[in-house]
Amino acid sequence: MRLPPNAILGGVLVAIVIGAALLSAVWTPHPYAEIAVTNKFAPASAEHWLGTDQLGRDLLSQLMKAAGNSMRVAVLAVVIGCVIGTVLGLVAAARGGWTEEVIMRVCDLGFAFPALLFAIMLAAAFGPSLTMVVIAISFINIPTFARVSRAAANQVWRREYVWAARAAGMNSFAISRDHILPNIAAPVIVQATIEFAVAILTEAALSYLGLGAQPPAPSWGRMLSEAQTLMYLAPQLAIWPGLCIFAAVLGFGLLGDGLRDITDPRLAKARTA
Amino acid sequence: MSYFIARRVAGFLLTLLAVSVIVFAVMNVLPGDPALTILGIDSTEEARAALRERLGLDAPVTERYAAWVAGAVRGDFGTSYSFGVPVGELIGERLPLTLSLAVSGMIVTVALALTLGITAAARHGKGGDWIIMLLSQLGIAVPAFWLSMLLVLLFAVKLRWLPPGGFPGWGEPVQAVRSLILPTVALALVQSAVLARVTRSAALEVMRLDFVRTARATGFGPRHVLWRHVLPNALVPIVTIVGLQFAALVTGTIVIENVFYLPGLGRLLFQSIANRDLVTVQALVMLFATFVVTANFLVDIAYVLIDPRLREARA
Repeated sequence: MRLPPNAILGGVLVAIVIGAALLSAVWTPHPYAEIAVTNKFAPASAEHWLGTDQLGRDLLSQLMKAAGNSMRVAVLAVVIGCVIGTVLGLVAAARGGWTEEVIMRVCDLGFAFPALLFAIMLAAAFGPSLTMVVIAISFINIPTFARVSRAAANQVWRREYVWAARAAGMNSFAISRDHILPNIAAPVIVQATIEFAVAILTEAALSYLGLGAQPPAPSWGRMLSEAQTLMYLAPQLAIWPGLCIFAAVLGFGLLGDGLRDITDPRLAKARTA
Repeated sequence: MSYFIARRVAGFLLTLLAVSVIVFAVMNVLPGDPALTILGIDSTEEARAALRERLGLDAPVTERYAAWVAGAVRGDFGTSYSFGVPVGELIGERLPLTLSLAVSGMIVTVALALTLGITAAARHGKGGDWIIMLLSQLGIAVPAFWLSMLLVLLFAVKLRWLPPGGFPGWGEPVQAVRSLILPTVALALVQSAVLARVTRSAALEVMRLDFVRTARATGFGPRHVLWRHVLPNALVPIVTIVGLQFAALVTGTIVIENVFYLPGLGRLLFQSIANRDLVTVQALVMLFATFVVTANFLVDIAYVLIDPRLREARA
């Protein structure tokens, strides 16, 4: 089977970002928080590959550490939202009737709050932190996953092998676990990849606004907000963190699209036809 | 038809009610003592007690909620703790700027996206299609606040064509419009990337249908067929996304206003958070959520107006 080009490019970008994030846990070119005021705004050199910032800190090391933070937030937020949302979707599909109605209507409420607004509200009430960012993004992800998994599960429930399992005396829980879940994994994983991109973008925006990562934790968004005040002095500081966000979001977005093309060839054909 | 609309209106009002409960609960019930949040941990117990009384926090939660909703419906959101004036007044001062930004952003988004999407569909599989789709893929991944900074770097810092931020007020209309150009572009470029893709695929769906071939065979020019036959029939998915995007645009203004130092609702929200002005934050969050819910509601209604088949099916 030939992999679609978007999946390949997305996969490469994602591998670079995750690789940098993992590497930063054990090694960065310099200690990321090491201040050297005498060496501030240094241009790119053999010593500092991307130069240094307003406090003489190594830019590349900060970007790598920030990748780690960004990935941690995205993984936690997407996994929590995905697990809770998928379980709700499975329950809704398995029970049907008013249980399904109530779950889906409550989920509709989630769409009244864009992730950014919800996170702003939590940050205002509980104080800004990365934990609030994780809670906000995972909360907003729940309805999305509930919708996707319910729609997919409802289709699987109509299959003959599910009737057979039912006739053999399996209860709804066992059917959901053994037959429905494995068969809805593909759309859920595709959605998770796309939500990963959204989570990275939301974390960056919140940290940019000062509601996410707090100093000294490095974050692409916060690096950008610091760079904004120095734009006339050191425009290069405004370029790199943005490029990192861009590459990470593009990578996960392309990978999600590519995975969807692979897992749902019908759709891919319809879209390119 | 009227039954359908009545059902939607009821759903809309119920959603707003539920949203108000969530906003009130998060801002009031969960976080513990608002007086402590406002005054900080160094405050004395007497000061906190006095503030609680002044803010009416002694009353039971349900009573406070009812009072808040009753006030909000009349446009009375209470008094801002940090500005010392009614929140409604603050909102009234700043709403025009935020709305101008959102509406101009929406107009540019729709104009750009429809043109690009239809052009791409017309050149399907050729170079033009490929370039537009590549650009839109890139546009979707660009954070709006970073794009803003790049625009400022280019047009304000390097070329000095436009101001880097701030807003002189509508008293100087030329300067006011000039200072809204970069924020509008930053908002619209990202959104139109999404909308252009939707427009293209919706147009491609319709272009496969028989009536389009008939129109072409009748002798209508390609441009006429695209804009008069294809586009109107591709509108349902486009309007859905436009509705969702208006919501994204309105919340996008929160970020963009802070990038460009524009004194709108988004900037007010941040000042209020920094000042621990919970009354104002609560009103603004509710207001933004209301924009989103209203946009979704209008999309639902718009379906019926666009597609006569739905009108009959649901009547």
